[in-house]
Amino acid sequence: MKVEINVNGTATTADVEPRTLLVHYLRDNLGLKATNIGCDTTSCGACTVLLDGESVKSCTVLAAQADGLSVTTMEGLSDDGTLSHPVTAAFRQEHGLQCGFCTPGMVMAAVSLIEENPDLTEADVRSGLEGNLCRCTGYHNIVRAVLVAAGKDPDA
Amino acid sequence: MSILGTRVHRVEDPAFLTKGGTYTDDLTDERLAGALHLTLVRSPIAHATITSIDTSAAKQAPGVVAVLTAADCDLEPVLVFDRANKKMVRPYLATDRVRFVGEPVAAVLTEHPYQGEDAAELVDVDYDPLPAVVDVEAALNGEVLLFPEAGTNVATAKGSADPGAGFFADCEVVVTKQILNQRVAPAPLETRAAAAAWDDGRYTVFCSNQNAQGTRDDLAERLGVDVADVHVILPDVGGGFGAKIGADPEYVLVAWLARRLGRPVRWSESRSENMTGLVHGRAQHQTITIGGDRDGTVKAYQLKIVGEAGAYPAFGAALPNLTGMMARGTYDIARKHSSYVSVVTNTTPTGAYRGAGRPEATQAIERAMDLFARAIGMDPADVRRKNFIAPEQFPYEITDEISYDTGEYAKALDLALRSAGYEQLRAEQARRRERGDTKLLGIGLSSYVEITAGGGASENGSVEVHPDGTVTVLTGSSPHGQGHATAWAMLAHEQLGIPMEKITVRHGDTDQIPEGAGTMGSRSLQTGGIAVHKAAGELVELAKQRAADLLEADVADLVVDKDVAAITVAGVPSARKITFAELAAQEQLRVHTEWDAGKATFPFGAHVAVVEVDAETGKAAVQRIWAVDDAGPVLNPLLFDGQRHGGIAQGIAQAMLEEVTYDEDGQPLAASFADYGIPSAAELPSFDLVGMETPTDANPLGYKGIGEAGTIGSCPAVQNAVIDAVAHLGVDHIDMPLTPVRVWTAIQQAAGGAK
Repeated sequence: MKVEINVNGTATTADVEPRTLLVHYLRDNLGLKATNIGCDTTSCGACTVLLDGESVKSCTVLAAQADGLSVTTMEGLSDDGTLSHPVTAAFRQEHGLQCGFCTPGMVMAAVSLIEENPDLTEADVRSGLEGNLCRCTGYHNIVRAVLVAAGKDPDA
Repeated sequence: MSILGTRVHRVEDPAFLTKGGTYTDDLTDERLAGALHLTLVRSPIAHATITSIDTSAAKQAPGVVAVLTAADCDLEPVLVFDRANKKMVRPYLATDRVRFVGEPVAAVLTEHPYQGEDAAELVDVDYDPLPAVVDVEAALNGEVLLFPEAGTNVATAKGSADPGAGFFADCEVVVTKQILNQRVAPAPLETRAAAAAWDDGRYTVFCSNQNAQGTRDDLAERLGVDVADVHVILPDVGGGFGAKIGADPEYVLVAWLARRLGRPVRWSESRSENMTGLVHGRAQHQTITIGGDRDGTVKAYQLKIVGEAGAYPAFGAALPNLTGMMARGTYDIARKHSSYVSVVTNTTPTGAYRGAGRPEATQAIERAMDLFARAIGMDPADVRRKNFIAPEQFPYEITDEISYDTGEYAKALDLALRSAGYEQLRAEQARRRERGDTKLLGIGLSSYVEITAGGGASENGSVEVHPDGTVTVLTGSSPHGQGHATAWAMLAHEQLGIPMEKITVRHGDTDQIPEGAGTMGSRSLQTGGIAVHKAAGELVELAKQRAADLLEADVADLVVDKDVAAITVAGVPSARKITFAELAAQEQLRVHTEWDAGKATFPFGAHVAVVEVDAETGKAAVQRIWAVDDAGPVLNPLLFDGQRHGGIAQGIAQAMLEEVTYDEDGQPLAASFADYGIPSAAELPSFDLVGMETPTDANPLGYKGIGEAGTIGSCPAVQNAVIDAVAHLGVDHIDMPLTPVRVWTAIQQAAGGAK
């Protein structure tokens, strides 16, 4: 079947099997490999992207379900390869990543979380990121990064 | 001003935060063009004989290029851990018998991965089930053998379980307890992946791994080719935690298939495959016995271990030996005895996982110290202080060959207790108990020492300055999240003055870097880092020799002007400056060097955990944890603390949440992320890190390793805290993970209620 999906501001289209997952469409059809696959039970969030501005786990969305919609991946946060987005800048500033595998999903979940609630507390961040697993950082610096990106003082 | 010891942001991050890392499954390398996709058919049964395999339907499925079984495979079965029972060899695809759920049985190769999943369903394997050996008692009694030809289920063993008559004879108090250091899953966020091509008589293998060179050597041996005929390349690696060391059977199979089929082959496992296919960690059943006097003096300690090797002995069969070596912890105990037996069971093989042998030692001795303190009615902090190895006792011999290098164990504990406000916490605990509060406070301590670079303290490094002023550093270390590119660049910058952004660190390509021991056992900075430090220093000396003639000066009078990355004459501001780049333009300016400390180092520390336990539901939550982790001077506090955070989280996770269990038939009960308790941000607190730096004499910068310390320290502190919360109710031990049902049950049992 044919799908038309606006990805990071660019119109894309392809003929795909109806069962094609959105994450595979992004990775295999478009070559956008930032979005990772970390599990097969919608548990880890490594594949988190924005679908019409809402965070979704792209391993649990069919490409067909995204037909006619717009998708933002981490690649879409920066036009020029710099950390111009406050979330990615804060992740570096606060050392919110180590191996980097959960990072694209974590960043997109954070973007969505801040969008929904600009007045975040540490507890809000922790519960808001419950669907995104990281094995390296113990979340300590991820939480700090999200607070910094939201304009909060992580030491407060 | 020195860059060493300063908070430098990672040079790795811009790529990770824009286009993302390039992991094995992301590769678009032209050598992999036209690759087939491997899907493995894995055993759904723990123990069975295979009576037939019918691949005919699968071979007819769309996109299928080949379906292969053991009958097609000429690879020799491998003894993964070479000191295990020689009969316990592992085939790459199961031959006549399967020994664990998840064991590969058939290989399906397709043009597209979805086709592989479809076709794998069509491979018809007839299994004739055998009784499964799941618990270690059944393994030890040997009624059912995994390898009948071995005549035993014992993979490795050492020492008598009897410490001898009189071992505890002079002790006023002796306490013994059976405890479980449960089986856990390493669960790196990136599952395993490999991609291989065979071209012109040579294998090129990309894989997710912690040591390119060791894996190349394993692959060559197992594929039966020369080391020169294998080229291993490690792309970005999404976490390892010890579980991605060496050539896993699947990696060997991917390479072999590429040659057999004449096309590149790619494989990336699902999480569900990973949870049974990747090694598990820990899995030690321990009996601890501690004896001493009522004044708090511990006189004798015995640790008896039954380790689970899983179905095919891998590195997990070696780890109880390390646990035994580290059994005494931070204490000067007159008599220490350890022994172990490691057995095969119909479960996933065990291997290294963050800490690998040392967390098991620390958990045991730290539980023992609390049990002893309880038995004699003394504060657990006081018992520890009474028995610490004193600073003047270093180097402190633990075996004929190995000694703890440096340590300040009492200072670390006191610092942790002071930071936590121990007295106030005890007072708050007492208040809650007195008023019958159902929200009980628990305070847990741990003191730990661990061994880093224990598997060998040598590494190589190269530093080359190019005519354009850029620098290339080559290292035999192998980062997978630790930040070596930043750390090694800092070490080179420190001596050369060349800006960080002009320094590129390369690793993990066996053609570029033929030798290297990789990243494991918290070894990198004190081995690979020191090798880079040494190479940069030697490069400065080489540059001075070359500059001496040009500057018409004595070498001894030359210095580096770091502001301009040049050699000049000391104390003569007007002297000419010759940059490293200028020297490189005249003649290649490169140093390759080896560093060998000749010994391991022993980081140490103390953690204090505070938990709240709901006495009515048994639910425990970690509220705070204070961590003193002393690994010598800190190169980059950003990276150092990052390692501690991750380590602490994994220790808390084991104490509170994680466990791989099996039913009596050997079916895994936590084989996906939906079932396995890997913690999210919501289950963890922020961590309170406290600094302390005691250098080692093993290397010129005094560095020890920090990768595993957090895990080793936090896990016993948290377990002790939860037990402490309910200790007044009569509970003296609860096995991990400390789930609500376990804590609640322990409370009820202590009250004489539920069984």
